[in-house]
Amino acid sequence: MKCYTPVIYKGLSPCKPHAIKSAVLQSEQVQYVIKQLAKELGESPDIIQEEATEILDEMGHRMQLGAVRFFAFTLSKIFKQLFQRVCVNEEGMQRLQHAIQEHPVVLLPSHRSYVDFLMLSYLLYTYDLALPVIAAGIDFLGMKIVGELLRRAGAFFMRRSFGGNRLYWAVFAEYVKTMLRNGYAPIEFFLEGTRSRTAKTLTPKFGLLSIVMEPFFKREVFDTYLVPISISYERILEESLYAYELLGVPKPKESTSGLLKARRILSDNFGTIHIYVGQPVSLRTLASGRINRCPYNLVPRHLPQKPSEDIQEFVSDVAYKMELLQIENMVLSPWVLVAAVLLQNLPAMEFELLIEKTLWLKGLTQTFGGFIEWPDNLCAKKAVLSGLTLHSNIACLVDGHVVLNDKGVEDGAVGEIVFRRALAVLMCATYRNQLLNVFVRPALVAIALQMAPSFRKEEVYSCFSFLRDVFSDEFIFFPGISLKDFEEGCFLLTKCDAIQTSQQEIYPTDKGSGTVSFLSAMFRPFVEGYQLIFRYLSKEMKEAFNEKQFIPGARNFVFQLLEKGSTQCYEALSSDMQKNALSALVQLGAVKRKKTPNGFTYNVNQEAVSKILDMFDARIPVQKPVAARL
Amino acid sequence: MVNSFTQQAELPLKVKQSINSVHRISLWKGSAAIVCSLAYDRVCRWELLKQTCSAFVILLFCVIRLSGIPGNTDLFDVRWGCLWPLGTPGPTTGPELELPAGICRAEDKICHRGTDSNQLITGQHSRSLRDACAADSGVLFQHLVHFEESWKQRTRKDGVRNQGQELLKWNGWGYNDSKFIFNKKGQAEFTGKRYRLGGMVLPTFKEWIEKTFGASLEHKTTSRTSLNVNDVPPSVVNEEFLQDLRATKISYSQDAEDRVFRAHGHCLHEIFVLREGMFKRIPDIVVWPVCHEDVVKIVELACKHNLCIIPFGGGTSVSSALECPEEEKRTIVSLDTSQMNRILWIDEKNLTACVEAGIVGQDLEKQLAESGFCTGHEPDSMEFSSLGGWVATRASGMKKNIYGNIEDLVIHIKMVTPRGIVEKNCQVPRMSTGPDIHHFIMGSEGTLGVVTEVTIKIRPVPEYQKYGSVVFPNFERGVACLREVAKQRCAPASIRLVDNAQFQFGHALKPQVASIFTSFLDGLKKFYITKFKGFDPNILCVATLLFEGDREKVLQHEKQVYDIATKFGGLAAGEDNGQRGYMLTFVIAYLRDLGLDYYVIGESFETSVPWDRVLDLCRNVKERIVRECKEKGVQFAPLSTCRVTQTYDAGACVYFYFAFNYRGISDPIHVYEQIERAAREEILANGGSLSHHHGVGKLRKRWMKESISDVGLGMLRSVKEYVDPNNIFGNKNLL
Repeated sequence: MKCYTPVIYKGLSPCKPHAIKSAVLQSEQVQYVIKQLAKELGESPDIIQEEATEILDEMGHRMQLGAVRFFAFTLSKIFKQLFQRVCVNEEGMQRLQHAIQEHPVVLLPSHRSYVDFLMLSYLLYTYDLALPVIAAGIDFLGMKIVGELLRRAGAFFMRRSFGGNRLYWAVFAEYVKTMLRNGYAPIEFFLEGTRSRTAKTLTPKFGLLSIVMEPFFKREVFDTYLVPISISYERILEESLYAYELLGVPKPKESTSGLLKARRILSDNFGTIHIYVGQPVSLRTLASGRINRCPYNLVPRHLPQKPSEDIQEFVSDVAYKMELLQIENMVLSPWVLVAAVLLQNLPAMEFELLIEKTLWLKGLTQTFGGFIEWPDNLCAKKAVLSGLTLHSNIACLVDGHVVLNDKGVEDGAVGEIVFRRALAVLMCATYRNQLLNVFVRPALVAIALQMAPSFRKEEVYSCFSFLRDVFSDEFIFFPGISLKDFEEGCFLLTKCDAIQTSQQEIYPTDKGSGTVSFLSAMFRPFVEGYQLIFRYLSKEMKEAFNEKQFIPGARNFVFQLLEKGSTQCYEALSSDMQKNALSALVQLGAVKRKKTPNGFTYNVNQEAVSKILDMFDARIPVQKPVAARL
Repeated sequence: MVNSFTQQAELPLKVKQSINSVHRISLWKGSAAIVCSLAYDRVCRWELLKQTCSAFVILLFCVIRLSGIPGNTDLFDVRWGCLWPLGTPGPTTGPELELPAGICRAEDKICHRGTDSNQLITGQHSRSLRDACAADSGVLFQHLVHFEESWKQRTRKDGVRNQGQELLKWNGWGYNDSKFIFNKKGQAEFTGKRYRLGGMVLPTFKEWIEKTFGASLEHKTTSRTSLNVNDVPPSVVNEEFLQDLRATKISYSQDAEDRVFRAHGHCLHEIFVLREGMFKRIPDIVVWPVCHEDVVKIVELACKHNLCIIPFGGGTSVSSALECPEEEKRTIVSLDTSQMNRILWIDEKNLTACVEAGIVGQDLEKQLAESGFCTGHEPDSMEFSSLGGWVATRASGMKKNIYGNIEDLVIHIKMVTPRGIVEKNCQVPRMSTGPDIHHFIMGSEGTLGVVTEVTIKIRPVPEYQKYGSVVFPNFERGVACLREVAKQRCAPASIRLVDNAQFQFGHALKPQVASIFTSFLDGLKKFYITKFKGFDPNILCVATLLFEGDREKVLQHEKQVYDIATKFGGLAAGEDNGQRGYMLTFVIAYLRDLGLDYYVIGESFETSVPWDRVLDLCRNVKERIVRECKEKGVQFAPLSTCRVTQTYDAGACVYFYFAFNYRGISDPIHVYEQIERAAREEILANGGSLSHHHGVGKLRKRWMKESISDVGLGMLRSVKEYVDPNNIFGNKNLL
């Protein structure tokens, strides 16, 4: 048996999980809320206390070394079946080891698959590090045995939404903070909140992050380390599941029997996993000079306090920063390049041309700073072939041509064909999407160049800025630095000789026209998809609606267009894109969002939406205040 | 230690009887010391002792001692576990003088005096026991062995008015004759006879300093031995002003030494400049008014000639408050209040005394004690700091739990400002007449005028005083205990909690133990606490206590506090540890001078903080210091330690010591200042205040706006503008 003696936080006062629970229940914070609620509801505090205990029991972990060992044993067997290799950056693990001893640590992995947290726990166990406690969605609890096992392996469960329930919030926040303050174990959660179905990084959620940052704001801990972790999969376990889900086929409920049914995937090969443990980021360093300490000094620390605006802004900045760090360290497999090329050359592409294009794209990606897992001695043909083998469910080689694997397209109804096609495209897009994070800034500049009426810098920039605003939920941009993003995009394009800049103008070079058009083609699905969805909203949605009405509606709208053949934009079927487009409109003020007891309702401002559509078509110039520095 | 004999009551009857008999013998033999110290020992230690040795053994031991060794040798041998001699050997001629020093007879009772035994022995001041004890404890600085005339009252032979500064170090803290040195054997020693520690060898100190700072005795820096008069900026004084000044008959000096002496306080950088450089700007002239009217004249002259006045009291500022602003073009007059040092009257009916503001703390207490009173205001600097200085900085005293801080003590203030004299029309305990004008004066740091006379509350000298200490398993428990004590409002005159690093620091300053028996008992105690009770010597911390009042109440009070301490896992640890703790605060200032000789620089700073943040603040600030040192390239981990030094209902005052070895750093003062600044930032971020009692001066000015808001600052400014429109009091403090 492995001798497991993890390094621990230097200030740790060892305590058992149940001791933590009672500490949480007795804490001033929770007691305060209990008393408040008792007063408001006119109930006895004991009843509410009881309720709090229940919440805590539902939530709390019961980490036991036995369970951990059992898990580790099983997982090692399963992982060996599923994956070829798991690559980890060793120095990152060493840094993590130091960090854990010094200050409380928060692990922030990217979230692409359920495998994420299993893998991470397994990894930490293997490296003799303290096992993290993990914030997992409460739906796991539905899984018998496994839920319990997860709990014993250190997972704690949170309800997906508890905004309204003050008691839940108080108990949950205090539970997390208590573990953090005591340095009990690293806390792990996903900034993205849920698994990204599209392999693009989702915009961050702030709730948990602000909870883990609060002990530092209140100086209950000296510092907190935030550790971004990038987990890249060569092939994602749930890929087809995601595609179905995006197309509106409901996600199966997590259940143990479901897990057993899924065992056939064990015989499949899912390639390599790359785990990059990033440099621990000191929250203290991030916060230095940014936080006005007054609000925390003038109110007792145990009172629940709505974070001030600058704190909220800070939390949001940190969240974006961490996601950008995750993105920076993602590893791209050659298949990602293949997928990106293939999607621009549907329905079929000559194999040799594909290889050539892939190689070209590899160079471009590297210029843009993407990290590709492509051994030096590996010839392009082999790389592409191995990708195709691994992803034979998506694409295959037929007569020297690579085609999307959409079986059953020939026969069957039109609708069926469209659906199959969409499925294949979305699966393929999942891989291309991994590339988008690297390409988004130069690509938006390229699109802006095509949109803008002239090559004048201000005009290109205002188009860029417009696109950046529209796609703010689609891609990760650090808030408020539009100009810097623009400059970075321009710089990268200049670097690959695609554009030239003068004092006043930006214009594409002859040599670079290929690059520019490739880039804009890469993002065309988004531009077109958004236009389709906007058009749907401006035409069809005259009355107030909610999300449940909107998504099927938009899907049908796009579906019909696809059936008619008047568009080729399959990705517009993706519910992810539809949601992002809607929230972009909300942010641009073209759609009003109202909170009601049953969730949000939306109202479309027809005029504003059609104006945005016009801007897309460059029928009216985008007008934005131009930054002085240009 | 006073009145210790009465403690017999607590001893078991049998022992009491034996002691009484020994007592008689000892008197005959002139060896009262043994009895005295036997009885003096704390009850709880007595009980501990009971567990370890039988009373028989002890008595036997006493008898052996009695027969073997004359009484006037070291006393602590028989005071088990007591590490401090009660006094130094007294003179040996004359029948009465055979009494060991520290033991004297007053009427038919025995009173032990730790100080100034000669006075009583000669019988000139034969008083009742109460008075004798009062005189003793009234003076109350038991850290001082000798009461010389205070340095302030010395008169120069040449007839020039008594600056008295020749008794003090010109480039360091305190008296010239008192300092830490390493003797020929390489052991640390404290020189002079003023303090209890005087003349004693500190065997473990060298090791501690080497271990803590990585300092080595071979690497030494030396200060200039004397002031180089040529470096001193010349005195620029208008001749017309000099003529006017001469006409007033107020003594003055333009002597370089006098001026440099008043150009600084005791911040690290100031001492560093004294040792190795020179101030860019110093006062041009020093004046010594002797009364309120003199001050009025000087301020009038200053207004007439447009001069800058910087009031100077004891010169113990640690906020750069005394530094002259470099850009000041006018003549700077240092107004030294030291000659205004009389007690003008004592009102026994209302328990107030009107005192001139220049009086130094120890003189004030000594003179009041002659009438059986005290103020009870004891800041750590009380040997040197002045009443006016306390008012000007909002000082706080060690025993504020009984007597209050300066704002509680002051009944009336008279201040001379460029606008005229500010005072109230009556001397009443409280009045509702708008914002209290005293609060413009207290903490004004010399920016508004000169405080000349203060009416201050006085109390009868307490009958009984007792030290104590409690060991806690860790700092957290200790703070929790202090919080509880504060909650129950039963804090003794002083209660302080030092953290582990400071406990070890105190330990390193333990003098050599002369007898095997004491060291045996020390070992036993250590064994009991660390092994039997399971306290980790690297985590435990100590609270020191000082009780004061009438005997009955003190004992009762003591029990209450110890009961609370027990609830928090505390163990009583004896009077000596407590007493040593308080002694330390007086000698610690001398330590910095030693450190400076060996590349170690350090400083203390303080803050006040709500109870719930005490632990977080202490931990974070200490950690921040360690971190900053590392970042700034300090090679050796610094000493970064704190104590909770005052308790209030709503919070506590925390005091930090911070020192590091600066070898290998080219600009240590700059690095030091950066770290100190970072530490202050950290304090503010943790919800601590800018200062609890040191004041703002020029050192902490930059945080004033944040501390009291823009409007608050504007309010202070507008007062300054009205009172002193021409900025005569231009020391640039505070605002």
